[in-house]
Amino acid sequence: MMHGDTAPPGTEAPVFHESEEHPHEASTLLGFWIYLMSDCLIFTVLFATYAVLGRNYAAGPSPNDLFDLKLVAVNTAMLLFSSITYGFAMLEMENGQLKAMQLWLIVTGLFGAAFIGIELYEFSHLIHEGATPQRSAFLSSFFALVGTHGLHVTFGIVWLIVLLIQTAQRGLIPENKRRLLCLSMFWHFLDVVWIGVFTFVYLMGVLR
Amino acid sequence: MSAAGQAEHQDHAHGHADHHGGGAHGSFKGYVTGFVLSVILTAIPFALVMGDVLGNVVWTTIIVLALAVVQIVVHMVYFLHMNTKSEGGWSILALIFTVTLVVITLTGSIWVMHHLNTNMMPMSPHDLLHHQP
Repeated sequence: MMHGDTAPPGTEAPVFHESEEHPHEASTLLGFWIYLMSDCLIFTVLFATYAVLGRNYAAGPSPNDLFDLKLVAVNTAMLLFSSITYGFAMLEMENGQLKAMQLWLIVTGLFGAAFIGIELYEFSHLIHEGATPQRSAFLSSFFALVGTHGLHVTFGIVWLIVLLIQTAQRGLIPENKRRLLCLSMFWHFLDVVWIGVFTFVYLMGVLR
Repeated sequence: MSAAGQAEHQDHAHGHADHHGGGAHGSFKGYVTGFVLSVILTAIPFALVMGDVLGNVVWTTIIVLALAVVQIVVHMVYFLHMNTKSEGGWSILALIFTVTLVVITLTGSIWVMHHLNTNMMPMSPHDLLHHQP
């Protein structure tokens, strides 16, 4: 209204105000979904690289020599558990139960950390055996794909810790709810990518 | 209140309810259903491969891939709450576009590189013997 006197007569000065949070929230969620779709394309390229190079062993070890499916099964379970506990956190958020939501979020983070821990153990085991990314095209593409997924999960955990702090400070304000919904999509999306990884890389690798 | 105003109000209220009802939120039952389905759809392929149940690599591969596709759909529906109405249909549109690109990239890469490999790879000594003019 400050510029009302400078506006030409007969025109009303435009008034901008956000009456509600919701339009903003909806567009953020759609935007974040589109980001996830672009992330999906990054993983697609890595999957395609693995599909092309996955059999170039350079006289080195093959998936049959390296992969321990029991370990992968445990890892898959960790990520699946973390998915449903994040779902429970979202339900508590719906009910406005801050403490219960934070508890489920911590459980989710611990499952995620267990996943990363097992993956790092697997990687160190491989590298110790001489199956480094430099060994063959198969191992380069394997570490690139699985490593990128692991990095995503790691950053998901960092984001989760940040949101734990933010909800502890501000509670379940609309902004925090929006952030929690974005992380929810990110977290479930990573579980979807992992389905592709354990099927395409581990199970089909051992099948060859 | 005019009819138009009332319609607008109802429309707005509908949008409001829609946002909280569908879209990004799920129910306890939905999450548990998704989880149980995912556990089954994960256990079957691992059992098939680890136990070598079928004894046939081609069929095992096809079943494992098919179960992965089903599980991805289960995750999309029960965990990511995808439906044709969320975000006014824009998220499913973005998903369809992405899936198209994924299919083109994957099949295209595998197809082209397979032909490149079979036609361009240096032949093994065994092959060279048979192809000598």
